[in-house]
Amino acid sequence: MADLFHFELVSPEKLISSGSVAMVVVPGTEGDFGVLPGHAPLMSTIRPGAIAIYEADSNTLTRRIFVDGGFAEVSDKGLTILAESAMPVSDIDPAKVSVDLAAARAAADDTAIARLEAMQAATVN
Amino acid sequence: MASLKALKMRITSVKSTQKITKAMKMVAAAKLRRAQEAAEAARPYSERMAAVLASLGSRVTVGPESPRLLAGTGRDQVHLLVVITSERGLAGGFNTNIVRLARRKAEALATEGKSVKLLLAGRKGRAAFARTHRNAIIANMDLTHGKKLAFAEAQAIAAEVMRLFDAGEFDVAHLFFSRFRSALVQEPTELQIIPAALPAAVAEVTAGAVPAAIEYEPDEEAILAELLPRNLGVQIFRAMLENQAGFFGAQMTAMDNATRNAGDIINRLTITYNRTRQAAITTELIEIIAGAEAL
Repeated sequence: MADLFHFELVSPEKLISSGSVAMVVVPGTEGDFGVLPGHAPLMSTIRPGAIAIYEADSNTLTRRIFVDGGFAEVSDKGLTILAESAMPVSDIDPAKVSVDLAAARAAADDTAIARLEAMQAATVN
Repeated sequence: MASLKALKMRITSVKSTQKITKAMKMVAAAKLRRAQEAAEAARPYSERMAAVLASLGSRVTVGPESPRLLAGTGRDQVHLLVVITSERGLAGGFNTNIVRLARRKAEALATEGKSVKLLLAGRKGRAAFARTHRNAIIANMDLTHGKKLAFAEAQAIAAEVMRLFDAGEFDVAHLFFSRFRSALVQEPTELQIIPAALPAAVAEVTAGAVPAAIEYEPDEEAILAELLPRNLGVQIFRAMLENQAGFFGAQMTAMDNATRNAGDIINRLTITYNRTRQAAITTELIEIIAGAEAL
């Protein structure tokens, strides 16, 4: 059995997920980074994108959760992600995203565009 | 003395009022539980946020080039008071207490020669301030939340506060809300949100271990600049949740009192009713007896 570490995903409204995982790939502002057990302490901001969670071992991807940006903290206690909103990638409706994206482009709403493009990218992979 | 019929009608009317207040009390109790759960669920996030800010705060020295949310504008001439009240009434002195605290602050600032602006969230505060500080109100936010308070609503308020701050509309912001102590006790509270007071660093504990081991990406300042606006939203969200729970607590207490008062009135009216009825019977008997004797 692979080494596991503690992972928490927290939103202002509730604790979304908490448990032991083998690896998590986080979309950091300055590039994606993977967190494995024993990672050095780190604090990083997150850009909108999908968090990939490898629960049992670091080869099998089990869950992908889209977050709106936020903040990741790695400490000896594990990885904590603070996100303002989060939803499983499987819940994203690609059709709705493209409609919203067109609307956001029309309104020239940069933050919405970045968010929706990231959402679209997450559904493609 | 009121007629028997009129008394009976009053008793019925008070009884139906009592039924309503009793039902409202139960509803408030149920909603209070839900609001408390929501407040509990929000705790991990805000605790984490506070911890992160504390550890960052111990590393960053506040200087002129720090984010303005932390350092302030360097003046304290214009104050913004963000007052969170409830959308509904029938909760005793709940809203009055918040409004009173905020109004006192506004008056204190005014006597110091500072100008005051108001941002009101919640319908109940609006009416109260429209009377005394009509010109100071710069924005009203609706709290149209349905069953559950959404973070998006707090974000909307935070975004508006940020917009005003960036536009240089104010220098210092205070948040007024009711802190939830228990179902019976709500404490009107004032909290300064801009410039942000970093939570007292718990650095002493962590500093002993490995102080410089944490890597920052991008760097401390950038993270702080990104976190502070978020923290604003979180603080407002927390205040709203506490307010919500406090409101239901206050409503429950108010409705409990109303139910008890209605009971008292019913008792009093029933006694009067019975006395009147007895008096009427006695009078009737005397008349009959007197009539029989006269024959």
